[in-house]
Amino acid sequence: MADIRLNVNGKVKAITASPDTPLLWVLRDELALTGTKFGCGMGLCGACTVIANGEAIRSCSTTVAEVSGQKITTIEGLSADASHPVQKAWMAENVAQCGYCQAGQIMSAVVLLAKHPNPTDEDINEAMSGNLCRCGTYNRIRGAIHRAAEEV
Amino acid sequence: MAIIKVSRRDFVKISSTASAGLILGVSAPALGQKKKPTVLEVGPFIEIGTDGLVTVWVTKSDMGQGVRTALPMIVAEELDADWSRVRIRQAHYDRKFGAMGTGGSGSIRSMWKPLRQAGAAARSMLLTAAAAKFGADAATLTVKDGVVTDPKSKRTLTFARLAEPASKLEVPKDVKLKENADFKLIGKKVDRIDNRDIVTGKAKYGLDVRVPGMLYASILRSPAFGGKVARLDDTKAKSVPGVRHVVKIDSIGTDLPWNGVAVVADSTWAAMKGREALDVTWDAGAATAESTATLRKRLDEDVKSARSIHDAGNVDRAMSAPAKTIEATYELPYLAHATMEPLNAVASVTANGAELWLGTQFPNWVNSSVADALKLKSEQVKVNVMMLGGGFGRRANPDFALEAALVSKAVGAPVKVTWTREDDMQHDFYRPASHHHVRAGIDKDNKLVAWHHRFAAPSISAYFDSKSRKPWDSESGGLDDLPYAIENIGVDFALVPSVVPRGWWRSVEHSINSFVINSFLDEIARETGRDPIELQLSLLPAGKKMGTGDFPFEADRLRRVIEIVRDQSGWGGARAGEGRGRGFAAQWSFLSYAAQVAEVSMKDGEVQVERIICAVDCGTPVNPDGIRAQVEGAIVYGLSAALHEEITIEGGAVQQTNFHDFPLLRINEMPKVEVHIVPSNAAPTGVGEPGLPPVAPAVANAIFDVTGKRLRSLPFKLT
Ligand code: FES
Ligand code: FES
Repeated sequence: MADIRLNVNGKVKAITASPDTPLLWVLRDELALTGTKFGCGMGLCGACTVIANGEAIRSCSTTVAEVSGQKITTIEGLSADASHPVQKAWMAENVAQCGYCQAGQIMSAVVLLAKHPNPTDEDINEAMSGNLCRCGTYNRIRGAIHRAAEEV
Repeated sequence: MAIIKVSRRDFVKISSTASAGLILGVSAPALGQKKKPTVLEVGPFIEIGTDGLVTVWVTKSDMGQGVRTALPMIVAEELDADWSRVRIRQAHYDRKFGAMGTGGSGSIRSMWKPLRQAGAAARSMLLTAAAAKFGADAATLTVKDGVVTDPKSKRTLTFARLAEPASKLEVPKDVKLKENADFKLIGKKVDRIDNRDIVTGKAKYGLDVRVPGMLYASILRSPAFGGKVARLDDTKAKSVPGVRHVVKIDSIGTDLPWNGVAVVADSTWAAMKGREALDVTWDAGAATAESTATLRKRLDEDVKSARSIHDAGNVDRAMSAPAKTIEATYELPYLAHATMEPLNAVASVTANGAELWLGTQFPNWVNSSVADALKLKSEQVKVNVMMLGGGFGRRANPDFALEAALVSKAVGAPVKVTWTREDDMQHDFYRPASHHHVRAGIDKDNKLVAWHHRFAAPSISAYFDSKSRKPWDSESGGLDDLPYAIENIGVDFALVPSVVPRGWWRSVEHSINSFVINSFLDEIARETGRDPIELQLSLLPAGKKMGTGDFPFEADRLRRVIEIVRDQSGWGGARAGEGRGRGFAAQWSFLSYAAQVAEVSMKDGEVQVERIICAVDCGTPVNPDGIRAQVEGAIVYGLSAALHEEITIEGGAVQQTNFHDFPLLRINEMPKVEVHIVPSNAAPTGVGEPGLPPVAPAVANAIFDVTGKRLRSLPFKLT
């Protein structure tokens, strides 16, 4: 067990955890930030995607020790009132079905748009193919990213 | 527990009858909500408060199909409520809500009448109350967006003002429902009620539940099906920081087929690490002899001795001397559901009873199964239904709820059991593997006169009830009611033993049978020199009806969806380019009609599915955008299976573990999808599943179109 400081959604949190604990479980179990989801635990599905220092990372396969001191943003930190352009686009396109994968999808899309404000379909494939959606909302995800790109 | 003996088709019948007429005249008991603003309660489904808010209890589970939006729409329509003032509450398990199971694409179909009646009854009570205030005749008043107007005096009253006086009135028994032409909300695109919660991370799935004093558990289950603990050493596990208990869990029939060892800890991660440190030797006995190779051999042999389960006409005579015989063999593997949210449940068991929080399709099954296992009365088991991160049939079974209840009882604290992806992949109720030998008899006039479909499978019904007298009950849909005008149709079935648990996988047997039927029809068309669409239309004589009851099969409706995809896809015209192919399939399932044309391209020996054009007739479209989403999703689910998915067995255990060896379709492989919804005034039918069955055969037929290679096994292997 170690004392670790995490900067999550603009707030510094002190936690005690074994340093090998995946960030995902600290967010969910310790900090009660349950918007970030568990899907595979192996970096294969993207359900656990959060942003760390501007990069989309898989929190299931990143230890707390690795991101200590980095600026972490989870879905809860994007905006609580759904006013972020990506969130708005997601609602406008009615992307979600079960919704479980969507926090991860949105976080990946936010990073994509920060890097490519006008992404091509190829850019989207590249950035989003690590995020699975078992409900099959892929075409709406694509539509929502293009819509958000127009708004940003 | 009744549900286990019920086939998917019976279950369609049950859910459509059980809830009809259940609402009106039932005076709802207190609903455990803050009673204050609630004044008018109509049946168990509707509450209207003095604040004017209309609350609709959603009694079906939402696993992505959008019933939390579509069901209240039905109420709001008959009520003429202001949609922005409609709220929902998810019903926990309670008998008063009637049949709460969600499956068989039956939620809208089964709730359509009762919710309309409840909405119309509430509207009528509000009108009567308004008429008294206005001193007018109720029949002359109008309602719009939650406001009642007296056209004569131009006076208005809101639902907020009328709820209290209306609550003093009797709930009327006979109410008049709207004509479709008068619908204002039904048929419009309505945004999903949960959108905002989902995009802000606030939506609460089973995995997100936290209750005070809760511990976290991870369970190691026997890798081979049916295996028991032969030896357990938990010393290392118990020394992992945070681990509190190690508990053995015994299986309970098919409700909980897994024996396991649960590690209970202060956090999910500690529980998972503790579980990794367990040292267990399993004894699975004879089960370990089963493998995919042994099963395939058995399927292949037994299909030859399949016995007749259906014979319309005389298929043996018809097949004895046809001018031409066409034959083919098709093979399908076991499949896992792989819901995006791994299974999980929170249970809190005390001396007085049990409370559970989980995403389940069948809260009633959870209730009875937990009550039986813990020797409690049904009333002592409270089941809270959370959002479901996917269901597809997997969240029908109560196994994961039972485990949580048993662990909670053993440790005397609330417990959340979280499955890993590996647990999910290896402990599912799988779509059955099957082999099919199909023969067609063609007469001297080149007409298809006989269809003989023999198949072998370890069936779903036989898994839940080894003495089932109709073990093919959940496998024969689409075969023994094949809707085509063929003079002789015979179906033979052989039950093959397997240790692998079987269950209902999105669209159940239709996902299997449609592949065989539509692939084989395409083969027949090519062999007899006919166009596949023209052949299928010729087997659907205009005006033909089959079956009785509320939802007979109507050939005209299947013809219509076929004609739509034919026309929209440019069928018959030139292919979109070099290396492009086109294929067609259609299937009647869950009482809805669906047809698809797939366009594929071949590049360097790889298939790319470019476009799927789909038409669906599901009766009155309630929320067309929701229907479109479901059809898109069903296509992806079916396409993912056709291109990638296969569960294989070795040593009585599943070999796949996670998404690297059970890959799912990803965004870069995604075709364009066009969905055409047929306008209709008929009662609504299934939406969640009917879009799936046509996709695999449409793509297989398209691959044949471009390569001349006939793919008769799933998943497709081109080399
Ligand atoms: S849970 Fe992290 S990638 Fe799947
Ligand atoms: S919306 Fe259900 S997994 Fe993506």
